[in-house]
Amino acid sequence: MLEYRAEIALWALSGVLPLIMLGVWQNSGAASQAGWSPDQLRHYFVAAFLVRQFSVVWLIHVFEEDVVSGKLSPFLLQPLQPLWRYFAAHVAEQATRIPFVALMLLALAWMNPALLWLPSLQNLTLGIAAIWGAFLLRFLLQTLSSTLCFWSERAAALDRLLVIPYLFLSGLVAPLDTFPPAIKTVALATPFPAMVDFPARLLAGLPVDLSAGFLSLMFWCGVLSPLCWLSWRRGLRRYGAMGA
Amino acid sequence: MRRSRTLRTVLQFWRSSLEAESEYQLNLVLECLAVSGNLAGSLFVLSLLFSGQSSLGGWDWNEALIVLGLYTLLDGFTSCLLQPNLSKIVNHVQQGTLDFVLLKPVDSQLWLSLRCFSPWGIPALLAGVVLVVLGLQRSGTVVHGDGLVLGAVLLVSGAAILYSLWFSLAALSIWFVKVWNATEVLRYTLVAGRYPVSAYPPALRLVFVFVLPVAFMTTVPSQALLGQGSWPWAAGSVLMACGSLLASRWFWRFALRHYTSASS
Repeated sequence: MLEYRAEIALWALSGVLPLIMLGVWQNSGAASQAGWSPDQLRHYFVAAFLVRQFSVVWLIHVFEEDVVSGKLSPFLLQPLQPLWRYFAAHVAEQATRIPFVALMLLALAWMNPALLWLPSLQNLTLGIAAIWGAFLLRFLLQTLSSTLCFWSERAAALDRLLVIPYLFLSGLVAPLDTFPPAIKTVALATPFPAMVDFPARLLAGLPVDLSAGFLSLMFWCGVLSPLCWLSWRRGLRRYGAMGA
Repeated sequence: MRRSRTLRTVLQFWRSSLEAESEYQLNLVLECLAVSGNLAGSLFVLSLLFSGQSSLGGWDWNEALIVLGLYTLLDGFTSCLLQPNLSKIVNHVQQGTLDFVLLKPVDSQLWLSLRCFSPWGIPALLAGVVLVVLGLQRSGTVVHGDGLVLGAVLLVSGAAILYSLWFSLAALSIWFVKVWNATEVLRYTLVAGRYPVSAYPPALRLVFVFVLPVAFMTTVPSQALLGQGSWPWAAGSVLMACGSLLASRWFWRFALRHYTSASS
C-alpha cells in the first residue's frame, strides 16, 4: 500500500466533503435553529470528516474488475475465502492513511485552532470502536452489492444508487438534528446514520444515545452477514470465470 | 479539410461508443434513478440550509436553484464526456496501451478526451436545464438576450475550466501511474459548486475562485443569467478558461516527454 502513496494522499483529500459542508453550514445559521452552537457544529463536521476517512470502502470497484477479468479464479483456488484478501487490503489502506489524515488535521489546526478539540478518553475509545463498527457495516453492505457482480457486469452502477442515501441520510452533509422530525425518524430506521452520525457525535462529544447506536450497528451487521454469505454462495455458482 | 476530418472522426467515435453503450439498457433506468435521487437529496439539504431564513449568502431560494441546476448540468457533462474518457488515461498508462494511442494519426489529447461518449449523463443534463428554467421562472427574472448569451458563454468557459482540471489531473498518471482516483477527488471537491460561492466563509471563497475555481463553473454563469453579470467576473472567467485550456495542452506535451512506456 505504501507504494501508492500518491494515490492514498489523493483518497484522503477526496474526503473533504464534510469540511466543505461545514463552510456552508457555518454561514447559514440554520444549525443554530436546531440548537447547535458554532463550536458543536465545527466539531461535528471535523469528526464526520475523520469518520469518513476511516470507514471508506472501495471493495466493489476492485471486485468488479476481478470478476469481469477472471482474476478472481486463482483466488478461489486458494484455501482462503477471497473476501478476506480484500478486507485485509482495506485495513492496510486505513493504516497508511493515518499520516495523511494527521497532516490534514494539522493544516486545519493551523487555519483555525477552534476547529480541533480534545475528546475525553472514553469518547475517544468508544468513538474509535464506533468507527470500526461503521467500517464493518459499510464493508458488509458493499459485499452484498459486490456479489451482484456475479449476475451483472455493471454492479458498480447499482452501488452508486446505494451511495445516495448514504450521502444524504448518514449525516455526512447535514446533521440529523436539522432534519424535520418525520424525515429524521425515517433516517434513523435505516442503517445509514450509524455509519457517520453516531460515531461523529461520539467523537465530537455531542449528546448521543450510546446503546441505541451500538445496537443499531450490531443489528445491521447481524442482518447483512447471513445475506452476504447466502448471496456469495449462490453467486459463485453462477460465476463463469470469464477471461480465464 | 483537416478540421472536417477531425469532426468526422469524433462523430464516428461517438457513434461506435453509443452502439456499445446501448448494450446496457438497464443503465438508463439506474441512471434516471441516480439523478432523481441525487437531485432530491440536494434539494433536501438546500431546504435544510434555508430553514428559518430567506437567503443563503445573499441568494434566495429560487436563485440558489439556478446554481444547483447549473451544477447538475455540469455533472451531466462530466458523466457524458469527462468521466468515460479521462478516467481511462490511467489504465492506458498502467497497461502500456498509451503507446497505441500515441501512434494513431490523431492528436493524442483529442483522442483521449473525446474517444467515448456516454449517453448516461443525458438525464442529468436534462434535469439541470429543467432546474435552471424553473429557478429563472420562479424568481421572476426576465432573461434578456444578452444575459442569456453571456450566461451561455460563461457556462462554456466553466466547462472548459472543468475539462482542463480533469485532464491535467488525469495526465499526472504519467508520473504516478495509479492515480485513477485523482479525478474522484475532483468530483468530490467540486460538490462545493452546488451552493453559491458567497455562502462560504471568506477564506474558502478565495480557494473556490483561485485554487479550485468552482465559482466560475456555477456561481458566475448564474449571476449572468439573472442579469447581475459583471464585466470583471466575465472577463476573468473567459481568461481563466483560455488559460487553463492552454495550460492543459502544455502540460500534456510536457507529460509526454516524460512518458517511458510501460514495458520499456
